[in-house]
Amino acid sequence: MKVLSIDTSNYPLGVALLDEEKVIGEYITNVKKNHSIRVMPAIDMLMNDCDVKPADLDKIVVAKGPGSYTGVRIGVTIAKTLAWTLNKPLVGISSLEIFAASAGRYFNGVIAPLFDARRGQIYTGLYQYKEGSLVSLLKDQLLLSKDWAAKLSEQNEKVLFIGNDLPIHRAVLEETLKNQAIFAALTEHNPRPAELALLGRDREGEEIHSFVPNYIRLAEAEANWLEVKKEKKL
Amino acid sequence: MGEFMIKQDQWIMGIETSCDETAVAIIKNGREIAANIVASQIESHKRFGGVVPEIASRHHVEQITIVLEEALKQAGITYSGLSAIAVTEGPGLVGALLIGVNAAKAIAFAHGIPLVGVHHIAGHIYANRLVEEMQFPLLSLVVSGGHTELVYMKEHGHFEVIGETRDDAAGEAYDKVARILDLPYPGGPHIDRLAHEGKPSIKLPRAWLEEGSYDFSFSGLKSAVINTVHNAEQRGKKIVPEDLAASFQQSVIDVLVTKTERAVEEYKVKQLLLAGGVAANKGLRSALEDKFAQNPEIKLTIPPLSLCTDNAAMIGAAGSILFEKGHQSGLDLNGNPGLDITIHNYK
Ligand SMILES: [Zn+2]
Repeated sequence: MKVLSIDTSNYPLGVALLDEEKVIGEYITNVKKNHSIRVMPAIDMLMNDCDVKPADLDKIVVAKGPGSYTGVRIGVTIAKTLAWTLNKPLVGISSLEIFAASAGRYFNGVIAPLFDARRGQIYTGLYQYKEGSLVSLLKDQLLLSKDWAAKLSEQNEKVLFIGNDLPIHRAVLEETLKNQAIFAALTEHNPRPAELALLGRDREGEEIHSFVPNYIRLAEAEANWLEVKKEKKL
Repeated sequence: MGEFMIKQDQWIMGIETSCDETAVAIIKNGREIAANIVASQIESHKRFGGVVPEIASRHHVEQITIVLEEALKQAGITYSGLSAIAVTEGPGLVGALLIGVNAAKAIAFAHGIPLVGVHHIAGHIYANRLVEEMQFPLLSLVVSGGHTELVYMKEHGHFEVIGETRDDAAGEAYDKVARILDLPYPGGPHIDRLAHEGKPSIKLPRAWLEEGSYDFSFSGLKSAVINTVHNAEQRGKKIVPEDLAASFQQSVIDVLVTKTERAVEEYKVKQLLLAGGVAANKGLRSALEDKFAQNPEIKLTIPPLSLCTDNAAMIGAAGSILFEKGHQSGLDLNGNPGLDITIHNYK
């Protein structure tokens, strides 16, 4: 069983190959460069190095968001087209869940991966490892980091925060949570594409044609349009 | 042995997602349409009065594999039969372009098929080859929502822009004037229809620019339309929309046709092509037909409406020639909103 995973939902670009019980290849960069130019060459290089042909793949797993709209779309378009054209199952995994899996496996407490969504907001969710598998406690959402801190302060457990954007929100989180907050080390802030492959390995394939990113937010024009429509009805 | 080699058929898959149509086509030997599927998003964008880029990109992701599958089914071929995949590389909305480009790269990689990036306007021009074989040298008048250009071609795959708009595209001016007249989006067809019911009785400017220039400008015309409506309102007079539409359309067509006619003479072309979505405009079609249809020296080609608006058959047709000329793109192909058509000229 060979699994190819693709994550382009934020600045980190990750591609991995999982073969049965072994991670045979993994490629990660965390630079502000164009994903559209670099993902396919990265997949090509990794598969070449690992002697895996496209037809050898048994499953494609992709980070489906939240994240940068364009970034997520690049990964999802490649993954869904590959899965469809090779007639292989496709699995989408939350971009936040990959973070949680990447840094929280041996952490006794809850895990809060996050990335910045501008103006004090973050994309985040709450996860926990229970008997070796990762479960979602609070669904992925978009909110102000100070509101998130208040919500988490009601939990009785330590919270592990992960993500490259932590420096932007760390002070706000610490102010409310004090030493309830634990911050992952810098080597843990890139989501591991191998964890993405592992998360998707045992999940069932999804309907490929209708597979779309989880943007969390409506497009701005659509949100405004709905707002106006609602006002007209009142 | 060599002389008995059978030339195999060339099959090109075309993919186009530069604006609000998700389109895939299969073209045989550069001229035969084996499949031509277009999923239009126009209904979704109507409520916003124009194309919203983020929403266009989202729709492309929803549609892309469905349209790909339909095209292959319609053509009745599999990947092993494809000679190359041609995809619109630019210009267009960057987020929208990226969906087609990345889908094309995924298929090319999965099946080891050559990839060819195509300029959107080269596609519009090559839509004509699906109707009639091209005769060089030729001139193409490209008029669409985003473009107004005169492109000269001395041979296949070689493009020279001799004139282009300095501000608004003709199609944009149509949409703006339609908005002034409270016509629904997209406004072009509505203006065209109204124009046929009215008389070009309102005086509007024609922007000829410097002597000898083949460039266009439509922003002055657009402002003149706005002023005409405002002035009438202030004097409590009512403008007849049909007459305004007819006068506006006449002004656009006069400039387009006169400059085209001059270029046809100067460049001594054998064929004149009309390309782009505004080629659907009845006023423009009949003005060109009046001017050139009786001229035995020059062949006028205007493709059917379905090939004038954005589609992937035209991308496949252009890709066919470019692939034959040795153009190929790598897996690092990107969507390029400002792509220059002359990138195709180096070979
Ligand atoms: Zn177009």
